[in-house]
Amino acid sequence: MLDVLYGVLVGPVKDMAGSPAFLAEVVIGGLAAGLMYSLVALGFVLIYKASGVFNFAQGVMVLFAALTLVGLMERGAPLVLALLLTMAVMGALAFAIERVVLRPLVNQEQIILFMATIGLNFFLEGFGELVWGSNVKKLDVGIPDSSFMVWGVQVNRLELTAAITAAVLVAVMALSIGIPLNTIWIVVWSAAGLVAIVAGIMWGAKSGVQFSLSLIALKALPVLILGGFTSVPGAIVGGLIIGVGEKLAEVYWGPLVGGAIENWFAYVLALAFLLVRPQGLFGERIIERV
Amino acid sequence: MIYREAGQFKSTYASDQAVFPIRQDRIVVGLAVAAAVIAVPLVANEYWLQAVLIPFLIYSLAALGLNLLTGYAGQVSLGTGGFMAVGAYTTFKLTSAFPRLSVLLAFLLAGLVTALVGLAFGLPSLRIKGFYLAVATLAAQFFLLWLFNKVDWFTDYASSGTITAPPRTVAGIMVTGPAATAPVRYLTALAFVAVFALVAKNLVRGRVGRSWMAIRDRDIAAEIIGVRPLRTKLLAFTISSFFCGVAGAEYVFLYLGGAETLAFDINVSFLVLFMVIIGGLGSILGSFLGAAFIVMVPIFLTNVPHLLGLALPVALQKQIELMVFGGLIILFLIVEPHGLARLWQITKEKLRLWPFPY
Repeated sequence: MLDVLYGVLVGPVKDMAGSPAFLAEVVIGGLAAGLMYSLVALGFVLIYKASGVFNFAQGVMVLFAALTLVGLMERGAPLVLALLLTMAVMGALAFAIERVVLRPLVNQEQIILFMATIGLNFFLEGFGELVWGSNVKKLDVGIPDSSFMVWGVQVNRLELTAAITAAVLVAVMALSIGIPLNTIWIVVWSAAGLVAIVAGIMWGAKSGVQFSLSLIALKALPVLILGGFTSVPGAIVGGLIIGVGEKLAEVYWGPLVGGAIENWFAYVLALAFLLVRPQGLFGERIIERV
Repeated sequence: MIYREAGQFKSTYASDQAVFPIRQDRIVVGLAVAAAVIAVPLVANEYWLQAVLIPFLIYSLAALGLNLLTGYAGQVSLGTGGFMAVGAYTTFKLTSAFPRLSVLLAFLLAGLVTALVGLAFGLPSLRIKGFYLAVATLAAQFFLLWLFNKVDWFTDYASSGTITAPPRTVAGIMVTGPAATAPVRYLTALAFVAVFALVAKNLVRGRVGRSWMAIRDRDIAAEIIGVRPLRTKLLAFTISSFFCGVAGAEYVFLYLGGAETLAFDINVSFLVLFMVIIGGLGSILGSFLGAAFIVMVPIFLTNVPHLLGLALPVALQKQIELMVFGGLIILFLIVEPHGLARLWQITKEKLRLWPFPY
């Protein structure tokens, strides 16, 4: 019994203190992964905040954006042109989604809209592969990937994310005064598309553009509940906490139970947190009345 | 329907509270059940039983369970796959530890174990609601599958990590295992789903179901008029998990014959949720209609190109399938967000007046 307690409580801490350099490496790795989660979660938050839709297709939008970008570059378009075209495609996609999916479903219950985005998820997955092929592609936009360079890129990514977010939020707020709902929806979905492009580039550069990219959406969900569905800072901070937390847990506590706890640790962490604060870290206080 | 209840007077409370109050309804349902029990095993071939009817019945049971939780009690769950896995692995452990135990009893015991697991994972629902809860139930999904993957004890230390259905007989007839014939497995699944559908129907029309619906519609108001949220929500999780556990056990023992945790991944959870929503939230009939729809669509999509004489590459066909499947779901939600059950209800209303609508 004491051995178990020692193994769980003292051992990992001793390991951490024993080699600070390794600990720092793990934390930085966690931050890098966490920022990816943040980027995907950010797409969720934008759409949820503006339209109350829980967009399950965000992960596939990331995949779709990356596929489009790589596909265009493979066909010989220079990076800048490909990027602009991808943005245009994501904008067109937002427009199409608003017209075909969201507008007919206005005023339906949230769960119906959620299911519609899962349908969208399937559709985009098939469509993206149909147009661009399903083999793993390499995305090379010149981002260095060595473990200590990561920190330098890290800051850039953060700034990039923050800039996009700020721009989007200002736009959304400005538009929400006397602007029709449909326009706002197109705007936020396009914005989420832009965030998806950024996320797609980052993930794609790290691990290649492939189907598993769409699965990071599942990793962004605990980030969302930790940070709160409606909070942009929450998405970013939540992503970092989840990223670091799950790496630390995997490296220091994982071996105790046989490893591979990364899959569910984030959910349990978020769940434990929710029991204390049901609206997440930065979420709006949930006020209910009869 | 074309027939009406005119002239059928209720003179006892029992007849007033019958599940099917109209005589013609009773006849139709009786005929349908008789056809399912007698005619189908005689007529249907191996392919139809194995690829369509057995999965349909099993998914119907899972959808029933999820519909009780999501449709009636309003608690969205994405952990169905995990709960089904609990049922399957428990049945496997039970049948291998107690070879003489009737496999049907093992299914029910597995349901009980799953109910307890569901109870545990339902606890957060007391604090959190809506999508927060939906995401929280994903914890159940991932944690349970990880557990079954990591702990060899659950698979009896099989090096392949798979569980297989052992050959077991009930009253001298082989029910599970490779030697069990498709009609027998079909009838077993049918018996389970019929009994549980009746149980579910009676649950939701009684006190329990009404308190579930009260919690679903406005939980604070329900609490004020005296519905206890703690008991009600946990009961919904427990009973729903029981259904899902039995369905999961059947999924491996009557349908797949053997499986690893991959068979219960997150896609299963989504599939069952689709069934519930496309069939109709808060409708027993809807669970069956939704299951039929979701089971049939991929088979339909696979076979249509063959029938038209098109030879599509496998990859292309898979992509088109995904697109059509996603598109159909969106289309369905737009056309009738309340599901197939509502469509059926509307049709019945129309038929009442047919052929002289006013």
